[in-house]
Amino acid sequence: MINPRLNQWFKTGTPWIWLNAGAIAIALVAVFGLLMLILMRGMSHFWPADVQAFYYKNNENALTVIGEIVESETIPIDTLPDFKKIRNTQAGDKTVTRYLVKTGNRDILGSDFRWLYDINLVKTEQPKNLMVLERVEWGNFYGFLNTVYENDQMVAEGETAWPEFIKRLHRVIDIRKQILQLERVKIGAVNYQLERIRLKERRLQLNNDLSDAAKKEIETQRSELKQQYSDLLKQTKELYQQINRDSIRATVMDGSEVTVPLKKVVKAWQPNKMTLWNKLGFYMHSLWDFITEDPREANTEGGIFPAIFGTVMMVMLMAVLVTPFGVIAAVYLREYAKQGVLTRIIRIAVNNLAGVPSIVYGVFGLGFFVYFLGGNIDALFFPEALPSPTFGTPGLLWSSLTLALLTLPVVIVATEEGLSRIPKSLREGSLGLGATKAETLWRVVLPMASPAIMTGLILAIARAAGEVAPLMLVGVVKLAPSLPLDGNFPYLHLDRKFMHLGFHIYDVGFQSPNVEAARPLVYATSFLLVVVIVTLNITAINLRNRLREKYRALDG
Amino acid sequence: MTETVATKIDPAILPGSSATTDSTICMDVNNLNLFYGESRALTDVSFQMKKNQVTAFIGPSGCGKSTLLRCFNRMNDLVDSVRVTGEIILDGKNIYAPDVDVTSLRQRVGMVFQKPNPFPMSIFENVAYGLRLQGINKRRLLEEKVEWALKGAALWSEVKDRLSESALGLSGGQQQRLVIARAIAIEPEILLLDEPASALDPISTLKIEELIYELKSKYTILIVTHNMQQAARVSDETGFMYLGEMIEFGDTNKIFTNPAKKQTEDYITGRYG
Repeated sequence: MINPRLNQWFKTGTPWIWLNAGAIAIALVAVFGLLMLILMRGMSHFWPADVQAFYYKNNENALTVIGEIVESETIPIDTLPDFKKIRNTQAGDKTVTRYLVKTGNRDILGSDFRWLYDINLVKTEQPKNLMVLERVEWGNFYGFLNTVYENDQMVAEGETAWPEFIKRLHRVIDIRKQILQLERVKIGAVNYQLERIRLKERRLQLNNDLSDAAKKEIETQRSELKQQYSDLLKQTKELYQQINRDSIRATVMDGSEVTVPLKKVVKAWQPNKMTLWNKLGFYMHSLWDFITEDPREANTEGGIFPAIFGTVMMVMLMAVLVTPFGVIAAVYLREYAKQGVLTRIIRIAVNNLAGVPSIVYGVFGLGFFVYFLGGNIDALFFPEALPSPTFGTPGLLWSSLTLALLTLPVVIVATEEGLSRIPKSLREGSLGLGATKAETLWRVVLPMASPAIMTGLILAIARAAGEVAPLMLVGVVKLAPSLPLDGNFPYLHLDRKFMHLGFHIYDVGFQSPNVEAARPLVYATSFLLVVVIVTLNITAINLRNRLREKYRALDG
Repeated sequence: MTETVATKIDPAILPGSSATTDSTICMDVNNLNLFYGESRALTDVSFQMKKNQVTAFIGPSGCGKSTLLRCFNRMNDLVDSVRVTGEIILDGKNIYAPDVDVTSLRQRVGMVFQKPNPFPMSIFENVAYGLRLQGINKRRLLEEKVEWALKGAALWSEVKDRLSESALGLSGGQQQRLVIARAIAIEPEILLLDEPASALDPISTLKIEELIYELKSKYTILIVTHNMQQAARVSDETGFMYLGEMIEFGDTNKIFTNPAKKQTEDYITGRYG
């Protein structure tokens, strides 16, 4: 027999309310937990943590290890090989704590990380003058600064070495920026022009229009550009010589002294000397660099700007493509097509399209857009560039089109929904004034349905921004040499391959040479991807709310 | 081809080319039948409507008054299963003839619905809507016509300072007058009013009735109403309909004081309906 009071309680419906509230609570915890996890793991990577010097001794040798503690874990002592347990082991100890220390100096030590067992630690210190360098290659460097050299001449040592080093580092950073500007922008532009001239010549050749006059003109242009190119190259060479001037010598943890040329250094800091405010400033600066700079070292270092840019660009292009298609299809289905079996079948088919795995769209995009459409476009419009393809290869346009196809059902369904909700009286009002059906659609119905269209677009953006799998087939690459938008005519290069945050996560997480060191970047990139999607969505939602306010439907 | 090709505005239905012998007759309805699929909504309706008069249709719910009204601007065409036989002669031309351009017919026969249905645009754009449809885009001309139409609908003094505000911010009565202004802006010859005051409060109703009285000097007005007092107050001629048939049609005074048919008398005295 069930307790009658319990029975009563069930009848009131209270358990259902608790169940529902519980489900919501779990969902909220899951979402916030996910965000907090990637936020903490990702964003802590840029914090200039204190660096320790560990004095360490095991059965084999005694050594000093310099680095940051990344992780610690407790393991049963029995699992340790004998040579590792010597000191401080008490008879009753069952477990031992070990720390994963990031030691950097991969070029000297061979790896970035090292496990240290607390039973073998003799002493831990935080030396004030410990220095960390972020380098162009080989990851971080940890050591003590000794002297600063200009060419082979020592210019500073001891106390004065650090300020001198920082001063010279700023100079090097300036020169590096100039080199980048020269190579990327100026030489890039010249190369782009040269390629265009080559294509022009080839086109004339193919059409048998290559007259002597044209040939001559092309030659003059070409020699002019080549002159520019060699001038720029000379400037670059000079800059390279200047950047090679300075170097420092520093002691690393095994006591040896190494030379570090300044041109290899990106950033330098002494974390153990920094105040909290210094660290905060440094942190913000690092974060900014991460967002605005290009990646280095097989994407495991540097920033992710091209990936952010590529993602946003692709999604916006997708939105531009999918909206007219989806709206026109929905208008036909809802307003013009005779409602019957056929329209029902079409509707079911459209809804089912939304359930097709995205990779299938990728395969379709590769086969149809890239090879068929792109191949034919190349044959028709860009024969001069063949055999190297222009549009017959994965690129931004094909990616956007593939994703537009993928999100088309969402837009169609949402638009249809919106159209069906426009009050009949408004249509009649317009028709009664002598408007045709098309005029009524354009002037009254579609504006009023625009919030619903925006809702469809919001869902489409949310889906498209998170898609990775199909993009790997139709346009995304690990490292794109240039952005799809730049200063060279025609400015927007739809044929170019691009980088994408989602693929970047996959690439850094699975394909990088140093997965352990790159892991924080996986979290940081994930967090940024979420931020980008949320930003895109909030923009669209704001737009929709404004439209909704404007076209607030009449009641009934 | 000897027949006239249907252009945007058919010359045969333009004013001035009237073939009707009696120039006071505006519309001539002959044996009008209307079917929704199999069911018959109007049965052999025939009557004549005079120019610049208010003609009211009364009758119990579902008797077909609104359906009849919607025949005059062919609004029933929007329903797929509707079939119409018989004819409505406007200026010597059957408006159900196959070569009639429905949009120009609707420009000549304006309609105001039961519920105010302003478009979600500014007050100005609402009134200018029909004008823009006719290709009028000159700002000055639009302003003149909008002002004229709003004055005609007795709304100008209330909205002249907020023409660019949303029409949805107006009260129900104001919205209904705005819709009337929208209808008269394109200068139709005939105005169809489908229970124009049924969704309004008494004061707004009074204003609409006064407006109808004003408008009849310029337009021929057809009004459908549930409210018999209203019909008696505003109309010159009245038709009583019952189950899709026009039971009695004639002078309003006569219908309300001395109806010829027993059914009319029963309805007017409130024995059913």
